[in-house]
Amino acid sequence: MVVIIGAGVTKFDEHWELSFRELILEAALKAIESSGLHGEKIEAIYGGCMASGRFIGQEHIGALIADQLGLNPIPSTRVEAACASGGVALRTAYLSIKSGAHDIVAVGGVEKMTELSTEGVSFALGGAGDQEIELFHGATFPSLYALLARAHMQDFGTTEEQMAAVAVKNHANAIFNPNAQFHRQIAIEDVMGSGYVAEPIKVLDCSPITDGAAALILCSNEKAEELGLKGVEIIASEQASDSLAITGRKSLTELKATRMAAQRAYQKTGLSPKDIDFAEVHDCFTIAEILAIEDLGFFEKGKGGIATEKGETSLKGKIPINPSGGLKGKGHPVGATGVAQAAEAYYQLMELAGERQVKKAKTCLTHNVGGSGATAIVTIYRRFKG
Amino acid sequence: MQQPLLLFIGDLRGDSMHNIAPLNWRKFPERYLLKGNYCEVCKQAFFPPRPICPNCRRKGKLIQMEMPRQGKILSYTKVHVPPEGFKNEAPYYLAVIELENKAKVLSQIVDSEQEKIKIGAKVKKVFRQIGEPDKYGTITYGYKFKVIQ
Repeated sequence: MVVIIGAGVTKFDEHWELSFRELILEAALKAIESSGLHGEKIEAIYGGCMASGRFIGQEHIGALIADQLGLNPIPSTRVEAACASGGVALRTAYLSIKSGAHDIVAVGGVEKMTELSTEGVSFALGGAGDQEIELFHGATFPSLYALLARAHMQDFGTTEEQMAAVAVKNHANAIFNPNAQFHRQIAIEDVMGSGYVAEPIKVLDCSPITDGAAALILCSNEKAEELGLKGVEIIASEQASDSLAITGRKSLTELKATRMAAQRAYQKTGLSPKDIDFAEVHDCFTIAEILAIEDLGFFEKGKGGIATEKGETSLKGKIPINPSGGLKGKGHPVGATGVAQAAEAYYQLMELAGERQVKKAKTCLTHNVGGSGATAIVTIYRRFKG
Repeated sequence: MQQPLLLFIGDLRGDSMHNIAPLNWRKFPERYLLKGNYCEVCKQAFFPPRPICPNCRRKGKLIQMEMPRQGKILSYTKVHVPPEGFKNEAPYYLAVIELENKAKVLSQIVDSEQEKIKIGAKVKKVFRQIGEPDKYGTITYGYKFKVIQ
């Protein structure tokens, strides 16, 4: 088994004053410090980053991170899976410990997005879709999720107000997260009046453009016990793939990769959705959170919108979803997101989450998606008694 | 040194994939004729053509097949914020279309009255220019769909 023994997150923001390398350095140093270990104990690095080539013209991120941290010559590897890059980096690091190859590993996630114009960012993120049969025809990411949203509205009666309720709830949670990009309460009317990007998706249904980084230190159970370290145990990390384009899928009202990854994670742990105390899910658009809470089994298919509207996913609801503020309220530096979700799991289960603390949380799930659902990764955590 | 780097990224951005002439040329069968394929074992049609049948793997038997030119709208959206290369057309409609053989296609819906663009509407393929010419003047063509009565 594998334990998270430290976590670090930069403030998620438009960081005009900070570079890509400064962001990842800050997150990594915070994670190392919180673990109580010295950096030289780290045996390998896995870094999630989606599109640094397009965003800042820089590739070879693995080597850059090790160099920046003064950790040469340990192996350092970049992992890319679009917006799921962070989650897949975490899983790769987890597997490297489970395989017995390493005892102590650092995981990073980083994206510097504001160096490009909004159109440039849109083009960079478009790389997560299918260039030849989606982007070629004028599709954008909001428009792909809009197609999923319209199908959900048609089949289950989900409304634009119910989608807006996701944004309102996540903004409300983000107020209690000092690292969140937004500290501003919004109302349903604000979302409804925010102008269409691709109908029915409006500006405030979308996660923002964000700079940020997150990092974790992972350790084998045995080593953690030997060193007397506390932390949060990863009890399952499962990943699934689906067709790159939405037209390759049977259903437009679910992300099958999410459902498959969740099913395997529940099987491995013997847990069911009822055993999860709270979850951090991939709400790149508000409809994505509705799909996620259904596909993860927290609510019946088609009932995610109404459950959100009724407050069942709020911080004090039946199952709190995105206590951190989610991608919508906290910000979405794409490559960092999956790692930041795991950092939130760590803060919550270690009871370090301040005003957004989910009371008596013992088991938590995170869910990270690449593109419109071609990659999904589900990770389950519980407190490590050490 | 910052300035040249930004210019370089700007270049890349303007050069999105659909403006590369050899790619367009390779895609003529798909984009001009809607050519896909069909697995004779599981009876499923694929567009674009798949190199391996995902249902039957090596037991599958794939043959080339031109897709039917009609289908119905499964979902649609009106795009208000367009990507590079589509500025002149916005707002425009995009839809997921289920063709008569169940294969799905993502396409623009054009030449149709707004109130007729809805889920379940019958559509047929038309041949159109896709996006604006790139900076080298390459014009790309392909399929779009229009609502039929």
